Amino acid sequence: MTDRYETLAARIDERFGDQLTRVASICGELTYVVDKADLHSVATSLRNEGEFGFEMLVDVCGVDYLNYGSAEWATSSATGTGFSRGVEREPVILDESDEFDPQRFAVVYHLLSIQHNFRLRLRAFTGTDNPPMIGSVVDIWNGANWFEREVFDMFGILFVGHPDLRRILTDYGFVGHPFRKDFPLIGNVEVSYDVEKGRVAYQPVTIEPRTLVPRVIRDDNRYSEDLKDHVDG
Amino acid sequence: MAEIQSYTMNFGPQHPAAHGVLRLVLELEGEVIQRADPHVGLLHRGTEKLAESKPFNQTIGYMDRLDYVSMMCNEHAYVMAIEKMLGVEVPIRAQYIRVMFDEVTRILNHLLWLAGHGLDIGAMTMFLYCFREREDLMDCYEAVSGTRMHATYYRPGGVYRDLPDSMPKYQESKFRSKKEIDRLNSIREGSLLDFLEAFTEKFPGCVDEYETLLTDNRIWKQRTVNIAVVSPERAMQLGFTGPMLRGSGVEWDLRKKQPYEVYDKMDFDIPVGLNGDCYDRYLVRIEEMRQSNRIIKQCIDWLRENSGPVIVDDHKVVAPTRVEMKDDMESLIHHFKLFTEGYCVPEGEAYAAVEHPKGEFGIYIVSDGANKPYRVKIRAPGFAHLSAMSEMVEGHMLADVVAVIGTQDIVFGEVDR
Repeated sequence: MTDRYETLAARIDERFGDQLTRVASICGELTYVVDKADLHSVATSLRNEGEFGFEMLVDVCGVDYLNYGSAEWATSSATGTGFSRGVEREPVILDESDEFDPQRFAVVYHLLSIQHNFRLRLRAFTGTDNPPMIGSVVDIWNGANWFEREVFDMFGILFVGHPDLRRILTDYGFVGHPFRKDFPLIGNVEVSYDVEKGRVAYQPVTIEPRTLVPRVIRDDNRYSEDLKDHVDG
Repeated sequence: MAEIQSYTMNFGPQHPAAHGVLRLVLELEGEVIQRADPHVGLLHRGTEKLAESKPFNQTIGYMDRLDYVSMMCNEHAYVMAIEKMLGVEVPIRAQYIRVMFDEVTRILNHLLWLAGHGLDIGAMTMFLYCFREREDLMDCYEAVSGTRMHATYYRPGGVYRDLPDSMPKYQESKFRSKKEIDRLNSIREGSLLDFLEAFTEKFPGCVDEYETLLTDNRIWKQRTVNIAVVSPERAMQLGFTGPMLRGSGVEWDLRKKQPYEVYDKMDFDIPVGLNGDCYDRYLVRIEEMRQSNRIIKQCIDWLRENSGPVIVDDHKVVAPTRVEMKDDMESLIHHFKLFTEGYCVPEGEAYAAVEHPKGEFGIYIVSDGANKPYRVKIRAPGFAHLSAMSEMVEGHMLADVVAVIGTQDIVFGEVDR
């Protein structure tokens, strides 16, 4: 972490206090977690106040933390059955539940200050609402329009105050939100041309999901805590 | 009496000027556009989700297929993000090779843009001229990676292999005479660097040719001057990057402002527009080709003088050579682990951005410590540019839509991902 960024971090801590919580980074990037209730006011200040001047929103990204940190192979103990390619996926919670884990969906904003040459990342969790909801930042950065539409399309996160929240990348009439972790990689439906009906017909997928390389998390002492930037307090 | 005020027109998805699969729903009053609603996603392949299901290295190939006219720049952002998280230091020679190929890619991209943009608004000849030079650069891709387009040449830790000492040559066929083959092969006798150096010698002359055809051309100016003017404030507000932002007069180039690899050792200038119209963006890109040519020359000079490794010697990330693998048990184990399981990236997140020919191309990776990324987000410059489509074409004539699509340099591989 360079001195310039430490100065910026100090200024941000002073200006926003408890509204922003700094997250440690493994590669010297500045990341803050913001409560979704404070998002709009914090974002407005970051954009408009001269000392920050984040006039550009580079990216808006949705993240689904549903099975964060879960692996498909046990690596710390010996296996009695041998490692096989076949991986049984654990059943996941259904979308119909009334409430989500408050740490499940997050929206990540990448900001860029052209005048000061700074980058900043904000992360806001959407809370327990189903469907997940968060305030829109389109009125602060107009470029957020399509980025938020994409997050809505892919994760089903609703942006309150967005002028035109429609699906953007998926097909017309698509059901579901494909980038959620409980959405299968192979999808739910497949299409083919039906000669008799003379149109494209939908049917449930007929292929089997496969895992070619299982997800493995290995402890590696090269990446121990000592290598991370430490945040005071 | 009710009067029909405006009507709606469908443009694409299979219109030759739509640069792929863009469906535009245009609301017209007479021939003047009131509103444009781009429908994208017809080429959506779910690259980000696919990346989550594969070890890190297996996704490099998908990066080529995002913006399929600037392949290596896409790879660059992706491998940079991984290197950032792993804390890998790339050997200096690999950095020069990367910078050189980034600039080759920039010229490739701008040539295709110029060819397509010209063709769209009536300058047919441009297409033929630009593809002539593109062919040479494609040969460089082929020499170094074996493929003309989807190279998969950059790897976390460096590049796949060192620059080759020979160029692929044309072979005799019934379509080409011996004399013709000899002429084509005469510049392919030396190494890749010789070939590329010969290219950099002639390329400024080629750019002059394009400029003779277009820059002072009355028709070209009528079609581009004062079309789709974007003020610098709006450009930043809308998330424009790259030539779209510089065309509006904002001096912002990641190669200068947040230099990565060896760009801080390169001598080059950033062209900036004045009025923010299609013509200025055209001039900016033309000048960028000249500047890229300068950077390539500097890289060639350095690469001739200096040798060294092109990939890190850390077998936890980079597979050992085949010879080592056959010879040494430990190398065999590394080789096996890397190709069956891949490497685990420490828990955390990183965002790496490169100055892609189209703008800022960024990769945001969230890792939970596994051998596959937890989430990969691709920040595609074209996506932000296309979202401003409606604003840029409002009040212009129907025929200007193709000029705006051209000036935005849209490629659907990256917009739809």
